[in-house]
Amino acid sequence: MRVLIIEDDAQLAAYLSKALREVGATVDHAADGRRGLLLAAGNEYDVLVVDRMLPSLDGLAVLRTLRASDNNTPVLILSALGEVDDRVEGLRAGGDDYLVKPFAFSELHARIEALLRRAVPEDQPQTHFKVGDLELDLLSREVSRAGKKIPLQPREFRLLEYLMRHAGQVVTRTMLLEHVWDYHFDPQTNVIDVHISRLRGKIDRDFDQPLVQTVRGAGYVIREP
Amino acid sequence: MSPDGTRVVGSATADQVEQSGPARAREILASSTFRLALLYAFLMGGSVLILLGFIYWSTAVYMTRQTDATIEAEIKGLAEQYRSRGLSGLTTLVAERSARSPRGAGVYLLTDDEYRPLVGNIEAWPAAEPDGDGWIDFRLRDAVSADDREEEHAARGKVFRLQGGLRLLVGRDVRDLTAIRGLIREALGWGLAFTVALALAGGWLMSAGIKRRIEAVNQVGREIMEGDLSRRIASDGSGDEFDQLAVNLNRMLARIEALMASVRQVSDNIAHDLRTPLSRLHTKLSQLRDVDLGAEAAAGVDEAIADAEELLAAFNALLRIARVESGSRRAAFADLDPVVLLHDVAELYEPLAADKGQHLEVSPAQSDAGPEALHIHGDRDLLFQALANLLDNAIKYTPPGGHIRVAVTTDNGHVAITVSDSGPGIPPELRGKVLQRFYRIDASRSEPGHGLGLSLVQAVAQLHGAELTLGDAAPGLRVALRLPVAPKDGPRGARAGNGH
Repeated sequence: MRVLIIEDDAQLAAYLSKALREVGATVDHAADGRRGLLLAAGNEYDVLVVDRMLPSLDGLAVLRTLRASDNNTPVLILSALGEVDDRVEGLRAGGDDYLVKPFAFSELHARIEALLRRAVPEDQPQTHFKVGDLELDLLSREVSRAGKKIPLQPREFRLLEYLMRHAGQVVTRTMLLEHVWDYHFDPQTNVIDVHISRLRGKIDRDFDQPLVQTVRGAGYVIREP
Repeated sequence: MSPDGTRVVGSATADQVEQSGPARAREILASSTFRLALLYAFLMGGSVLILLGFIYWSTAVYMTRQTDATIEAEIKGLAEQYRSRGLSGLTTLVAERSARSPRGAGVYLLTDDEYRPLVGNIEAWPAAEPDGDGWIDFRLRDAVSADDREEEHAARGKVFRLQGGLRLLVGRDVRDLTAIRGLIREALGWGLAFTVALALAGGWLMSAGIKRRIEAVNQVGREIMEGDLSRRIASDGSGDEFDQLAVNLNRMLARIEALMASVRQVSDNIAHDLRTPLSRLHTKLSQLRDVDLGAEAAAGVDEAIADAEELLAAFNALLRIARVESGSRRAAFADLDPVVLLHDVAELYEPLAADKGQHLEVSPAQSDAGPEALHIHGDRDLLFQALANLLDNAIKYTPPGGHIRVAVTTDNGHVAITVSDSGPGIPPELRGKVLQRFYRIDASRSEPGHGLGLSLVQAVAQLHGAELTLGDAAPGLRVALRLPVAPKDGPRGARAGNGH
């Protein structure tokens, strides 16, 4: 995995580079927008991590220039500006995801993984998901495990669908709130955990192998044990 | 805090409602400028009254003295004639003068000791009694009235006693004097009336003018309190007191705006300088947790992670409140359906309540103006955040088996979203305090939380021009968020409802 970090905060950039290398990525770093644009245009990266406010060339300008020259490398925007309009502006400029500072590295890592998965082109939109003996079908809206049907509430279905779309990847609680509930907000309590535990009660309780696993300090992952 | 123990935050702009005539008159009467004008009219009227009274008094007295002097002089002349030429001389003279002015200016009557007229131009001795100096005021009846109508008018005279009980009355017809006095009185009356009327009208105009200029300042003040700190009071450049006031207030506002900008700058610096190392600390602790630690060390690291998360949450909430209060988020406003919003938040929190053995119910929406009225204009994510905070609190403080009810109602152009619980409630005297940052009723702070949840709800309410009311659900707390209904021609549903 090749990652380009365009970030002017040297400390944060060093920290991100180190953490990404630890999870097996090859990391380049640009400290300003112009240099970042040159690196991004001249090399093949799997993902770009771009800060919004940069010296010499603004992060969004870098993004627009890349998109205008048909560079479709997935981009994760980092910003201290977390308001809705900033987010919308960032995504409109061609960003694929938006992460507000400060963030836990696990959050960044989970989102980068999700972006990499998204970048794999699909011939046909996937409508059937399978993890171990758990199956989910989008067309019939049915979930079954080991051939036994499991009735789910609509929101539980969407929660499971999101987890299964990212099977084997960590999804954070914020990602679940944003994509399953479609609200950007800070829950004061881990309200998502209760939904996950309900879902587990339906798909994992009666089986030997639990599929939904908690990743400490990060979120959840669904995978075959 | 209002008398019923509720607190109102972020008042709606009720002043913009068109005022009826009597209400407007009452308002003017209540204004201090008008009361000043009234006092001014009163003092002005009083001094004019004193001045005119003095003019009237001196004019009248002067004219009476003139008349009296004329009468005295005439009596003196007649007395001299009487002394030199005797009674016959006097009689001739009186007859002569009487003939010269039959009912004109002069009045003459000579009587015997029985008041029987001897000679003169009036028929009878007046009935009035003379005073000590012999002066007598009487009514004079016209002997021959041109149109056979008896007329009376005032006369004044002096009695002169002759030898042998004879009396001579010399007088003057003072009807002109009375008429002039009347004219003066009338003129003075009108003058006074005009003065008072002018003072009142001037007071009214002055009051309205001052009120208009003060109202302009008030209007700007209201707009600023609604969050638009860039508003300034119009200055007409005349340099008068109001202009100076406007200039000074504008300077003060510019200073406040600069200070607030620097506070925001500080907030951003906090975001940058403190949140970043905090999140690094959090990550490093998390990485440490992945290392194979002893059970005791692992528990310590877990606690440290929880502390770091709490700190980060408090920072985020504080910065969020500051951003919301700055009002910049109005840009993200869209039309949305509060019922969908409420169902979404209730659905998110229902399992949490169920886990604590509480019943969370969503009451069916009640609208007095059809479902169309159930549209509000606002920031979907912030309103969701506010409702989530309210539900989170309700779940936190309601005992197992308790009830939590959420409802949407409309009345009179407003949408009220209420969250009621059957918990311990908040005593009326603390309802204002719980909206303050970091305030927690639980002094021991044993419950988790940072005391910023309701402050954020209040900031969101203010941003939306909504009222946040904490009341009694008897038992429990009843929180109502009263939002204005979206205007019908507003932009529709860009991010309304669930967005899917």
